[in-house]
Amino acid sequence: MISLLRKLRPQFWDHSEQAGGLFTHMFNFRQIWKLSISLMSAVTLLPLIIITLVDYNFTQRAIESDILMRTSRITSNAKRSLSFFLTERKYALDFLVHDNSFDSLNDEEHLADILENLQKGFGGGFEDLSVIDADGRQRTYVGPYNYRLEGRDYSKQPWFEKVVEKGMYISDVFMGFREIPHLVIAVKYQMPDGSFYVLRSSVNTSRLNDMLSKLEMSGKGEAFIINRQGILQTPTRYYGNMLEKTSLKIPAFSEKTEAAEKKDSSGMPLIISYAYIPDTPFILMVVKQKEELMKPWYQTRMELIGFLVFSITVILMVIFHVTTYMVNNLYIADQKRLMGLHEVEYASKMASIGRLAAGIAHEINNPLAIINEKAGLMKDLFTLKKEYADDPRLNNIIDSIISSVKRCAIITKRLLAFARHPDVHIQHIHIRELIREVLSFTGKEAEYRSICVELDIPEDVPRVESDRSKLQQIFLNLINNAFAAMDTEDCLRISSEQKDDSIIVRVSDSGCGIPPGDLNRVFEPFFSTKTKKGGTGLGLPITYNLVHEIGGNIEVQSTEGEGTTFSVTLPLTMKGKEENSP
Amino acid sequence: MKILLVDDEQELVSTLAERLEMRGFDAHWFTNGNAALQYAQKEKCDLAVLDVKMPKIGGLELQRQLAEMQPRMKFIFLTGHGSEEDYLAGTRKGHSYLIKPVDIGQLLAKINEFLR
Repeated sequence: MISLLRKLRPQFWDHSEQAGGLFTHMFNFRQIWKLSISLMSAVTLLPLIIITLVDYNFTQRAIESDILMRTSRITSNAKRSLSFFLTERKYALDFLVHDNSFDSLNDEEHLADILENLQKGFGGGFEDLSVIDADGRQRTYVGPYNYRLEGRDYSKQPWFEKVVEKGMYISDVFMGFREIPHLVIAVKYQMPDGSFYVLRSSVNTSRLNDMLSKLEMSGKGEAFIINRQGILQTPTRYYGNMLEKTSLKIPAFSEKTEAAEKKDSSGMPLIISYAYIPDTPFILMVVKQKEELMKPWYQTRMELIGFLVFSITVILMVIFHVTTYMVNNLYIADQKRLMGLHEVEYASKMASIGRLAAGIAHEINNPLAIINEKAGLMKDLFTLKKEYADDPRLNNIIDSIISSVKRCAIITKRLLAFARHPDVHIQHIHIRELIREVLSFTGKEAEYRSICVELDIPEDVPRVESDRSKLQQIFLNLINNAFAAMDTEDCLRISSEQKDDSIIVRVSDSGCGIPPGDLNRVFEPFFSTKTKKGGTGLGLPITYNLVHEIGGNIEVQSTEGEGTTFSVTLPLTMKGKEENSP
Repeated sequence: MKILLVDDEQELVSTLAERLEMRGFDAHWFTNGNAALQYAQKEKCDLAVLDVKMPKIGGLELQRQLAEMQPRMKFIFLTGHGSEEDYLAGTRKGHSYLIKPVDIGQLLAKINEFLR
């Protein structure tokens, strides 16, 4: 996991500005990256999320109000049908009492004819007919329950009291004497002599049930009737038993059809629509389960959320990759720029050192030559003159002067050789001699630190067509680099191998080695493990560039704790640069 | 054997001439090219030892003029640089180069080479 993170981590992540100064904040790549990502995410995602939320709410509300409206419409239609059904029967009875005299109604045969005609004309609904006199006593009865209802006294029954009071009456559903749920429609006829009688008919509630069950319902919806006390008048599957109190709250009175969202006793959301049926004790209830109705919306909602999540993921991924790519390119460009600056600085420093060294060497060389000649002359004089020739002390002094001059001469010669030609200049170079020359500068350090140096390049190694000063710098850098990695008693080995038309020079040390993670970064500018010890992190990158400038290649192999080998491949001939060769 | 020595450093050239004289050579020294040319007009010389870098007339130019006057004259150049190109350019023309400070042994060896 951590190694994956490390692989994904962009190059600029660990960058810290070493230079400092006025515009450092412009090169805080991590900051730039974070700022770009958050700004771009905000600008793209916020409107998307806001629009989605608004649309979500709007759609949900539209669907909910649509559900309420549809439920309300069903209720309203059902109310009209129910109301019509009951009123129609009520006025049929009213018509009968006005059309027939009390006597003719009390004629059982005639009444039976009327019932038959009613049943035919109204397609059922009228179960029976009975005529009840002002005392509440049943005078005449026609219908299927003749044997049980004959001569009944209804005077104490609540419906009788109501019909006497109001003239017309529709009762609650009740079991009555017949133990079958039914309701009673009764009309009173006021006779001219002040007396009255009542025409009563039972209506089987199965007709009402039929009407309600034929309503088209969705979402486990049910239509049923309760009376004003909340007693169920028609059967229902979910909200209580017939003729018992319903589990739902009795809705408040309203003349219009109402619809609202309520919760049942278990907290389940319900869509409840109701209507008070005028001139009856009935309340029509239409109850639907909201969850069922919303199911198609939940499906759509899942798709909407899925799409949103997908979009956000894609947008974030694109933003992340594009930003990382761009900031990384910015970083690489900046590194190249810095590298270029440092390279120019380094080159000009080398050129200055070169000029300085050459100047000093040249200036010292002349007096040195004079000292050499004078000492030589003294030696000649001593050798020629008898009195001094045998004085070993004088001869030793002169020899010592001459040998010191020779040492100085070697130093000035090296300095001059090293400092010459700052620009590209192609020569045929004996690589062994060149490395020996470079080693002569570092020889003292090796001696002091007891580092053994092994030069394993054959004398007859073919000459390389290349730029001398660049080769010197390359090997000086590699040898210094090796020295920095080594401890006392470690060994530096420089060997060569000829391969086709190139020579591979290997600079191997037995030093501390490079961790595998850092191995592919050693040629990166400013990557240094010894920054605290004065390393610039530029030695190897400059070496890398120099090797490539002269058409070569450099590779590194290392085992931590065992040592490092840099392999420099040098072409024997330089392509396209022959015109410069002497 | 007459040897012409030319170098702008008087101390160097005079001492070198003295050391050659001590070894039996007829050495004449000059600190500039013009004096050497004047002398060469009158006297025939076998060998000239010339510094490459001198003011006014450089060693190579002096060699050209001297060779015109005395085509049989041999030359040895002295140089402070000892650079490879100078060496290669010089040896291609058949001249000898010695790098300053000059080892008297090397110089004598060269002279003996020409004497043979």
